[in-house]
Amino acid sequence: MEALFSALVDVFGTDVTYSSAARFAALLAFCALGETIAERAGTLNISTEAMILAGAFAAAVGFDMTDRVTIGLMFAMAAGLVVAIVHANLSHRLTANTFVVGLTLNILVLGLATFLNRNLEPYSKRAHVFEIPILSDMPLVGPALFGQSWPFYLIYPLIPLSFWLLYRTRWGLEVRAVGENPQAADVSGIDVNKRRRQGVYLSGITSGLGGGYLLLGQVGLFEEQIVGGRGFIAIAALIFGGWTLRGAVAGCLLFGAVDSFRLSLPTVGYEVTAELLQALPFVVTIATVAVFAHRTRQPAALAQPFVRGLT
Amino acid sequence: MASEESEAEMTASSTPAGGRAVMYSKAREAGVVAGLYIGSVALALIMSAALVAVTGGSWREVFSALLDGSLRAPGRWGDTLGVAVPLIFVGVGTVIGGRAGLINIGQEGQLTFGAAVAMYAGLNLFGPGPFALVAMLLIGLAAGAFWAGIAGVLLYWRRVPEVLTTLLLVTVAAQVVGFGLQRPWILLAPIEGRSSRNIVSEQLDPSRRIGRIELFGNEFPISVFFALAFVIVVAVVLGRTVWGFKLRMLGRSARTAQRAGVSEWRYGMAGLLLSGGFAGLAGSVMVAGGDFGNFRLVPGFAVNIGFDGLLVALVARQRPLLVVPLALVFAGLRTGSGFLAATGVEREITQIVQSLLVLALLVPPAILFIRERRRALAAMTART
Repeated sequence: MEALFSALVDVFGTDVTYSSAARFAALLAFCALGETIAERAGTLNISTEAMILAGAFAAAVGFDMTDRVTIGLMFAMAAGLVVAIVHANLSHRLTANTFVVGLTLNILVLGLATFLNRNLEPYSKRAHVFEIPILSDMPLVGPALFGQSWPFYLIYPLIPLSFWLLYRTRWGLEVRAVGENPQAADVSGIDVNKRRRQGVYLSGITSGLGGGYLLLGQVGLFEEQIVGGRGFIAIAALIFGGWTLRGAVAGCLLFGAVDSFRLSLPTVGYEVTAELLQALPFVVTIATVAVFAHRTRQPAALAQPFVRGLT
Repeated sequence: MASEESEAEMTASSTPAGGRAVMYSKAREAGVVAGLYIGSVALALIMSAALVAVTGGSWREVFSALLDGSLRAPGRWGDTLGVAVPLIFVGVGTVIGGRAGLINIGQEGQLTFGAAVAMYAGLNLFGPGPFALVAMLLIGLAAGAFWAGIAGVLLYWRRVPEVLTTLLLVTVAAQVVGFGLQRPWILLAPIEGRSSRNIVSEQLDPSRRIGRIELFGNEFPISVFFALAFVIVVAVVLGRTVWGFKLRMLGRSARTAQRAGVSEWRYGMAGLLLSGGFAGLAGSVMVAGGDFGNFRLVPGFAVNIGFDGLLVALVARQRPLLVVPLALVFAGLRTGSGFLAATGVEREITQIVQSLLVLALLVPPAILFIRERRRALAAMTART
């Protein structure tokens, strides 16, 4: 116990830890923001993993074609949206089971990305680092929050934007209504499945962008294992946050911190079993959600398909 | 269009001399259903073929290589049968869980853990061969059930969605088994039996392996017959017993089940444990059957069998008997992909074909469901 505490102090005394935590948290946040909106509309969207992967691969292709990060990110959003369109129309127009669709899309996109990557071998590299003058000189958290590669900064406007969209617009109110009580929303004239589709579309766009950021902002070169279950950690982050945007962002920061803690442990001189380090983010995610999930209330109609006249 | 059809049907059934018209409309209905299925499967195959063509391959060559690799080449259909066995176990288990309305998507992890524990048991148990083999299979089953049980406890105790936990536990299982494979006192073989870089377990004793049959130059494990018997037992239990009925009731409507006195956590937990257990059993059958890893446990032993089995169950749409033919098709795609190297097309194409097929087979029932709803609504408004 004492060893863990001193390890925590050691690790969180170095600013590298904060940088890597911020990078991981940003990736999670890109996905969790859209995912929160989709889940508030009633879709437990497990194809985020596919959306991120599609986004990352499309970003690589876009960068390879044009040599520009902006275009790469646009490709990423478009690819995420394509996955979302397939998912949303299969499960909220045709009422196919959303988990079946999501899971199959995960496998399909993994196959497609692997297949196309072997054939196209797109070349890409990381976007340049942009240090925001004065702010990045702050001790410890300065470089983490203001000294990243430039796609990172897209997360800053995206957070208030999604907050505004979900809590301050008529559209957001309708989305929340659809997720809580679709029958009532339907009676009051809201097209339930349309709002749900739109929620998934948004989730596709932000997750795709997250994938683009992952590739062009962090990793640089595409490989099949690039996402490695982080889409599911993003879902866990918003469950941890009780399906609110605020909580979801907090969850992203927490899981980011955990991940960078495990990455930094060996560098500050602690010997930990490699397998334990690999499994740690997943174990911590499960444990955290297990501790916090029952205190929150999920959208009442989460993962329940809506068909007019049924129930 | 839908309303016109429903009107036609209503007039047909309401006229006294409408017998022939009803038969005609039934035949047309069957035609529509068949057409939808054929159309969407064809679309999935055309899309896969187009993908092959775009990337510079020839779909005819791919198709013939797949057929060669799964059926035509000497000894291949035996291999396909061997691969189908774990797929059937995983698929049938998933069907049981699905009947209870649970979304277990972590079969890969349950299978990995089950295989590793079964291997440990198989290497360390005392006793005569056949008994040890049965014990080993049962222990693998229990281990898989345990791994799914973690998700079950979290679901019913802490309300964590099982979709999430079962999947996150896949990675954890891989790491736990990896840990065991690195330690000589758990699973790692002593250094004499392997080259020093190889991380493998010891080989299973020949007396503890599942027997193999040779037929027309093809070799396959006898577990094929067990798997078939097993599917029939599960189909009967699910379709013809009170227990199976209660399970289905829970899956259809948790509220109705509660009113009828079906304990949600008891039946749900049973569904989850059984689906995990059968994934574990699939893992132990893989260890003892010899079609995977040559009776040794290696890193990444599960080779996506868990996910493939899950896809099989998803296509089967909770009907256990359908699992068998679908498992054979998916096993054929897998063994066939071994022959793809000669065509220059990446073997991931089979993964794409599989998932496109799953998506394609989701569409027709959904369309039919919506059509039925529209008709029912139209009939209701016509009556009032």
